[in-house]
Amino acid sequence: MNYIANVGLEVHVQLKTRTKIFCGCPTTFGAPPNTHVCPVCLGYPGAMPAMNAEAIRLTVLSGLMLGCQINPASKMDRKNYYYPDMPKNYQISQYDQPLCLGGGIEITLADGSKKKIGLTRIHIEEDVGKNMHFTASSGIDFNRAGTPLMEIVTEPDIASADEAMAFLEALKEILAYGGVSDVNLEEGNLRCDVNSSVRPAGQEKLGTKTELKNMNTFKGVHRALSYEIARQISELEKGGRIRQETRRWDDLAGVTLAMRSKEEAHDYRYFPEPDLLPIVLTQAQVTEWAKALPELPEKRRARMMSDYGIPEYDAGVLSADKALADYFEATATLVKNPKAASNWIMTTVMAKLTELHLTIGEVKITPAQLAKLINLVEAKTINLPTAKEIFELMFAQGGDAGEIVKAKGLAQVSDAGAIEKIVDEAIAANPKVVADYKGGKEASFKFLVGQVMKLSKGKANPALANELLKKKLG
Amino acid sequence: MSSPDKIDVRYVAHLARMHLADGEVARLQPQLEQIVGYVQQLGELNVEGIEPTAHAIPVQNVFRADEVRPCLDHDAAMQNAPLAREGQFIVPKIIE
Repeated sequence: MNYIANVGLEVHVQLKTRTKIFCGCPTTFGAPPNTHVCPVCLGYPGAMPAMNAEAIRLTVLSGLMLGCQINPASKMDRKNYYYPDMPKNYQISQYDQPLCLGGGIEITLADGSKKKIGLTRIHIEEDVGKNMHFTASSGIDFNRAGTPLMEIVTEPDIASADEAMAFLEALKEILAYGGVSDVNLEEGNLRCDVNSSVRPAGQEKLGTKTELKNMNTFKGVHRALSYEIARQISELEKGGRIRQETRRWDDLAGVTLAMRSKEEAHDYRYFPEPDLLPIVLTQAQVTEWAKALPELPEKRRARMMSDYGIPEYDAGVLSADKALADYFEATATLVKNPKAASNWIMTTVMAKLTELHLTIGEVKITPAQLAKLINLVEAKTINLPTAKEIFELMFAQGGDAGEIVKAKGLAQVSDAGAIEKIVDEAIAANPKVVADYKGGKEASFKFLVGQVMKLSKGKANPALANELLKKKLG
Repeated sequence: MSSPDKIDVRYVAHLARMHLADGEVARLQPQLEQIVGYVQQLGELNVEGIEPTAHAIPVQNVFRADEVRPCLDHDAAMQNAPLAREGQFIVPKIIE
């Protein structure tokens, strides 16, 4: 029998604020335990929360980028439960009046077709502390408690692990573009709960769902979901049934395991947070904020293809990161052949970034300097291997390509007379190879070209060297 | 509105992490029902056309600027901890 999977995600994204959601403690990562804490985020009795305006603005921006409706009237609620990492014994969240409603993201499937994954809502809430486990006890660090999160909840529109991955990548790209989150997975900026169920094809009603909690890598989500969907199908095929439960992904074993089931269902007893007042957003305010919205990746890709005449693949690679796309566009507008700029950035520059674990923002070569280097190649002042050498120098210390060429005498020799001399030299020095070539050995020609380049210290115009050599060997 | 449903005192006590003796449950049962019953008198009011409100005062949008303020000194933050280790609050082992 064929089965259809229905997967919904609850994605928790850390908002890019300087301070926590209800107090002035910094949100910077990596401080020693319990040094970014105060009476509010430690849950001292009587300490009063104060809403961080920036958390609201960033969530509204996210909602606008994701096609949500911005709720004109919103409020905060208390979600009550006991857990050691939550000092107040309740989490301040939003229940029935979240900041954003609806929306969705269009993802591209493997066959190139598009599919919209709908969003249910986006609400804001505070993060909890971090647990560390010792042998006989657990330790709590409250630095992260009170960090502003937005929870993005999807409809159960996702049908496979691949689609979940495509959704998360598209979401990450959009949020990074909008500057609403650093979306740094290593620092736990994006974590998600995965709800999945399967049903036989033809059945309308969704199957019983299970929940995978706190996944913090996209690869983990993909693996866990592939396993979980297959597990549920095989369970049903055996005539069994799915239990509604929370499961945990064991990354080492590559399986999902039922967590110790709670004695009773969650009873969060939500009620309006008495210490925080309602949030009312006027259309004028939302319109004002919307001015800060960037061009979104999908749109930018299309524009880059038409503005610079680069292929879809190039536009996809370059637009995946806003800073990289900015760098490309700044370079491309200064060169005669934008495709050359795309090639340079996608291969040479990006290889360097990977090799040295750098981001594009840390590169010393400015777009203007790179453009100059590319134009020197296009104008045949230098050849490509020389340009790569100059690039290495510029990458290490910055500088102007034209000046490096002058200082090091690297300009390409395109003077036919000078190259002819070198070609003669190469022929004279290698009589046996010349004889081999004349006897029909094609590879010998390449060797001779290599000799010419070597004798010219890499400066000969390769096309001209080829041409002259061919003529001489007639 | 009718009288309140029978309150499950043990369940409510569990949610509040309170341990009650049998005698206490018996004593609290009518008391809790009386309290909830009293509040439920509100249900007799006709509230048609009145918007629900979460707050008694008509104030909204009270926000704070995103500016860093001094935190508590680490030692001060830890001074009430019954147990601490490596700068962390120690609690009984959390089993997931």
